[in-house]
Amino acid sequence: MVEHGDIRVVHRGGSKIDFRQPVITNDSRFLLCASGECVKVFSTSTEECIHDLQGHTDLVTGVLLRPSNHLQVYSCSIDGTVRLWDFTDGILIKTYVIGCPVYSIYASANHEGVIFIVVPMLGDKRSELFQLVAVHLPQSGDQLVESRELSAVLSNVSSNPADIAFGRGGEYIASAKGLQLKVFFFKKQKSYEFSLKEDNKKGGLNTFTCVACHPKDDCIATGHGDGKIRLWRNFNHKKEYTYSTLHWHHNAVSSLCFTPEGTNLLSGGVESVLVQWRYNQESQRDFLPRLGAAITHIAVSPDGALFCTSHSDNKITIIQSCVKVSAVIQGLVKGDVQTDLIVDPRSKALVLNGKPGHLQFYSLQRDKLLYNLDIVQQEYIHELGLEQFEVVKAAFDASGTWLATVEERKQKSAELEVNLKLWAFDEQTQSFVLNTTISAPHEARITAMCFRQATDSQTTMLVSTSKDGHFKAWQLATPAHTEGPSWSCDFVGTYHGLVPECCCFSADSSLLAVSFQEVVTVWSPTSWELLTTLSQPPGAIRDLCFGRLSCSKYLLGTTAKNLLCCWNLLTCSLEWSTSMDISLLLADPLSENMAAFCCQAGCTDLFVFKPSEPRPLFSHKAVCSGTVTRAVFAPREKMLDSCEENSQWLNRSQLHFLTQYMDLMTFTTKAEDDRLMASSKQLVIDDSVAMTPFYLLLGKHRHQQQENQDPMSSLSAERTPLPQSSVAIKELLQTPAHVLPSTSFLCSMFVQSLLISVTDLRSNHSERHYPQMEKTWNSGNQQHLFQENPDDHQMICRLHLPQLRSICT
Amino acid sequence: MGEFKVHRVRFFDYMPSAIRAMAFNSRTERLAVARADGAVEIFNFSDNYYQEKVIPGRDGRAVEALCWVGQRLFSAGLNGEITEYDLENLKPQYVIEAYGGPIWTISCNNQGTHLAVSCEDGTVKLFEILKEKIQFQRNLDRQKSRIISLSWHPSGAQIAAGMMDMIRIFDTETGRATHRLLVERGVGASKSREVVVWSIAFLSNNTIVSGDSAGKVQIWDGLMGTLVRTHLVTKWDVLALAVSQDESSLIAGTSEGTIVQFQFLSSTVDRQDRDHEWVRTRTFKNHSHDVKALALTDTAVVSGGMDTQLVVHPLLDKVEKNTQEAAQRKIAFPHRSLVGCAKKAGLLLFQFPDHLELWRLGESDGNDHICCSALSPCGGWLVYSTVSSVRLYKLQHNNNISVNKVRPQQRIIQLRSVHQLCFSADSSKLFASSSQSSVVVVALNQLECKYLQTLRHKSGHSCPTAVAIHPTTNNLISVHADQQIFEFSLQQKEYTEWSRKLQKQGLHGLWLKRDTPVTSVGFNPKNPTHIILNDTFMFCIIDQSLPLPESSTILYNQMTLRSLPAPERTRQSHAFKICKNFQHVLSMSLLDDLSLVVVERPLLDVMAQLPPPVRQKKFAT
Repeated sequence: MVEHGDIRVVHRGGSKIDFRQPVITNDSRFLLCASGECVKVFSTSTEECIHDLQGHTDLVTGVLLRPSNHLQVYSCSIDGTVRLWDFTDGILIKTYVIGCPVYSIYASANHEGVIFIVVPMLGDKRSELFQLVAVHLPQSGDQLVESRELSAVLSNVSSNPADIAFGRGGEYIASAKGLQLKVFFFKKQKSYEFSLKEDNKKGGLNTFTCVACHPKDDCIATGHGDGKIRLWRNFNHKKEYTYSTLHWHHNAVSSLCFTPEGTNLLSGGVESVLVQWRYNQESQRDFLPRLGAAITHIAVSPDGALFCTSHSDNKITIIQSCVKVSAVIQGLVKGDVQTDLIVDPRSKALVLNGKPGHLQFYSLQRDKLLYNLDIVQQEYIHELGLEQFEVVKAAFDASGTWLATVEERKQKSAELEVNLKLWAFDEQTQSFVLNTTISAPHEARITAMCFRQATDSQTTMLVSTSKDGHFKAWQLATPAHTEGPSWSCDFVGTYHGLVPECCCFSADSSLLAVSFQEVVTVWSPTSWELLTTLSQPPGAIRDLCFGRLSCSKYLLGTTAKNLLCCWNLLTCSLEWSTSMDISLLLADPLSENMAAFCCQAGCTDLFVFKPSEPRPLFSHKAVCSGTVTRAVFAPREKMLDSCEENSQWLNRSQLHFLTQYMDLMTFTTKAEDDRLMASSKQLVIDDSVAMTPFYLLLGKHRHQQQENQDPMSSLSAERTPLPQSSVAIKELLQTPAHVLPSTSFLCSMFVQSLLISVTDLRSNHSERHYPQMEKTWNSGNQQHLFQENPDDHQMICRLHLPQLRSICT
Repeated sequence: MGEFKVHRVRFFDYMPSAIRAMAFNSRTERLAVARADGAVEIFNFSDNYYQEKVIPGRDGRAVEALCWVGQRLFSAGLNGEITEYDLENLKPQYVIEAYGGPIWTISCNNQGTHLAVSCEDGTVKLFEILKEKIQFQRNLDRQKSRIISLSWHPSGAQIAAGMMDMIRIFDTETGRATHRLLVERGVGASKSREVVVWSIAFLSNNTIVSGDSAGKVQIWDGLMGTLVRTHLVTKWDVLALAVSQDESSLIAGTSEGTIVQFQFLSSTVDRQDRDHEWVRTRTFKNHSHDVKALALTDTAVVSGGMDTQLVVHPLLDKVEKNTQEAAQRKIAFPHRSLVGCAKKAGLLLFQFPDHLELWRLGESDGNDHICCSALSPCGGWLVYSTVSSVRLYKLQHNNNISVNKVRPQQRIIQLRSVHQLCFSADSSKLFASSSQSSVVVVALNQLECKYLQTLRHKSGHSCPTAVAIHPTTNNLISVHADQQIFEFSLQQKEYTEWSRKLQKQGLHGLWLKRDTPVTSVGFNPKNPTHIILNDTFMFCIIDQSLPLPESSTILYNQMTLRSLPAPERTRQSHAFKICKNFQHVLSMSLLDDLSLVVVERPLLDVMAQLPPPVRQKKFAT
């Protein structure tokens, strides 16, 4: 077997950004959020992802601004480390090794050099009990620091980060779990516990769902399962504590957040409405409705100007002063994916369930949602426990001109409702337009659906199989009395009353294979004649695939009894079979390759093979844990020219798959990695330049210049030493204002120095030194300077520049 | 225990009257409650919240406000009169006309020297409290509109008065108004309507709290005359306010039936002395209609209103958990029997405030309301008592009933303020329990009745709630407000053996925990060892031949006993056989033919007769 060598499984696009509460930086320009194994830095104004902070080797579980330095951020992860980053440049400053998985992180300015993390009680990963511990971060210059000295603060806490919050100035910490609220005072080292009753009279759930503390007053706000918010006061008394109750939400409150000055309390839940309560005048409240999906987290920028809400559909909304949605950062919507992963032949976008009742078109190349197509065309009601229409199947024809969708609504009392919809691509609007709706196409649930790859002479045809024992062929017909062509049923087929499970057209569309439990029937779609039956009992057929190109004479099938069979259609006999538990069999449309995901001992292995060859092209053990049931070969925009044997199969298309936790993963080669790294480096340099007055003054020169230079030379140019004139300016700026000579004297000197540098070095790169100057403070090799007082420098620049500019003009 | 034929009587359409006003005396732990029919009830909070005294109302005497001055109770009403009550004889002692039109409220200063009443004509009148009476002293500055609410500053130097659209602060020395605080009207359509300051409280730190018809509770600075904070509590009216004794907590009752609590809390926990603020905390919803009267004791919120129930809601931060005090109480029905039953003749007597019904027996005369009544077992005697007198009637019922009034030969002084009345089984004696914890026995022969003796109760600490004489043994059974049971032998003039044993062993914890008093005691004519008791929620047969229940045994075990085999059943059974099949029982009696008459008054029927409550938006409607 060929080992995987330099091919690795990566998160590339589409990871969760709503997993943890996002963080807005002090200047409100960036938004940081945990996303898979990295921390993403988004711009709050342009919605673009500026860069990823990569380094963790497992899920990132928390992001937190460092209280003592607002340009640095902590992140914690299941991999047992806490990392400190410079987020403006995307540089990893320090790694603290904790040694056990970390589930959330808290810090307060009052506790210098200490962070608080939630770790499993016994230190092992499977423990259900968690504790809050304090970690003293050792002061050391090393990049990798072991900090295994943990001191327990609270035991038996919730692993949900929303259930713990620091109180006023870090004097106490509040933690809620189940029906109990614990408050721990650091000074007195004393904790108080308050319990609620299991259930109140009206059947509401009293369980705590989230906690927030007022920044100025001693008031703890808690959210509850029945939608109530309680404001606790006097909680340093065992008995005389008191709380008031606010009730607007009708389902569980999922997030609570006080604004920085404590004047407002924000709350959100499944209603998708952001509620703003006036603190101490709670009868006055403001609403921001129609946010699209259930709110999972709320965060407020340190200056209180921006709010941001995470939503369950993998979206972050940025809101200006609770009235206007200013930006929406939409990730891959990963609710309950019911459709297969499909690639739109036209846009090459990944298509799957998006918002409720929608199909999303997600560009994998750009890691961006292109658009949502409303399939159900009904208002979605944001309430738990309601049965609503869902898209369960979708299929494109080969050219991408037709899209077939199946939507279902299952209600406990009533019968199953199924609609089959056919959509035609409209060239003018560049989107799909509903052509035909077939309500109740079958009497039971549709199990599979596929288009015939229509060649010129043939009409387009769709075959659907259903639990009712029939498979139906649908054809586009033009009835005399209607305006346009529409779809109608052409043929209904059965086989001994068995239930059809899969269907598949051969590559040239001359054969249709339909599996009826253990039997594969092969039909001619032109004459609807049953050509042959193939069977390999025991075990019902799970997947069917025709070979492509040179292997088109083969039909492959997997059975529920761990068998992969390959039939030769010329001889109508079994060519080969092998015993493996295949959860998903997939054919690459652009090559003969087939991919089989194999479930073994809780993990999934991948085999890539050609039906005609006995040896797999590629195998990868333990691609991920759990079974893989959805995957797709996405064609590449640009073909790779790798000639290594084990990576050739990735040349034409890329394999993406969804893990059981709905993470979208893919495979990359080393060459691809390197190329990506190089391009992302450049991106960082372009975007991370701070928007200082210096930049405004001189930025446009730089842009003009950069257009004339190739990227390589500009990279090298940045490393050249600073010209003499800039040192003078630096000196001028660093000297305290009161020891400087008179401004009139300085002004002429300053202007002169500028004039010289501009005239002398117009064709050179000297103007860039101002922004570059700032860059060097932050860059990696001058880390010590950066750690001492990175913002002092900037502060001086900002204080003096307007003054100087006014002198100059 | 056997089975009984049950007559379920539900045609006694007794309707309790709405609660208008309330006053709590924290020294004596007595709560005075005024109802819309003018009746004043006194509840003893230290004696299991027992309705100790009832002063029946009188037609045309609606009480609008109550006020305790030490042990003395004053009331004022819209008839313009101030009344002081004689709490010994349960009747008004004297009535004084205030000459200011209808009186809206009455309030006494902390020193107990002066009463202030607010009148329709815009005056606040000060009365000096003298030993036996009160005397008018002077008027404060007359205002243009009626004065609805009053509150004295604890020092007694100032009075805050709430009226239409404003609050006035008066100096009691000079009688001059020192401040004028304008109260904002409601928004929208109610902008044109005057806002009524229904209730006001003046705190010792010169804070004034007002509740008004626009649904606001407002906190004012009484020194500067400025508004500090407005809490919008309801869309309807805030009708009542009450402040705790230490001024750390305050409650407001609304038309929606909710009670909102405010607490005076510091914003940070470690600096207790600074930055205190009134913060809205809890909301109680115990009423369906207007909450018109409120009292805040040290441990509980006491409220009453249009829905006629008196609710004692304990504050859980002030009481110990799982104690008698920590249970919420709703007092819906009077703690005395309003139904009489002639056991031999099978007649029922219903008592209403202004008449008796014995298959529609004639009306009582006069304006006084009836206080208690009884019917003899043979059906030949009927007795009732009003504030002023006890009246005894002889009934003759052959085909049509005729009533003859019997005048007692000599005045029985003890028969003045009577709580309970009952006849002995042979109809030869009348027993009356009076408020001084004593029992009066009167023998009746065919034509005259004569006073025999007074039995003074030894324990004397708790009011008897029901008494009865055993027909064969002549033992007197009395049940008290603290749920204790005594059996007293009239022959030996001492407590019986059984009674001593019961006292020694003590009653079961669950029996003592019940929150309604026993209203009647009866006997099984076929089995002399059976005593039959009932309260509002249960009826109980005490079998004196069986062992008393230990504290560890299950008290309510009738259901489990039924499923047990016979020998096991006899081993597990104990003296208290309790049946909870009936709800809101006003009376229960066992007739001679072993059929049980149960008079029920379902609370839902009472609720159905109330006017509709204010409209409220309910979620998802």
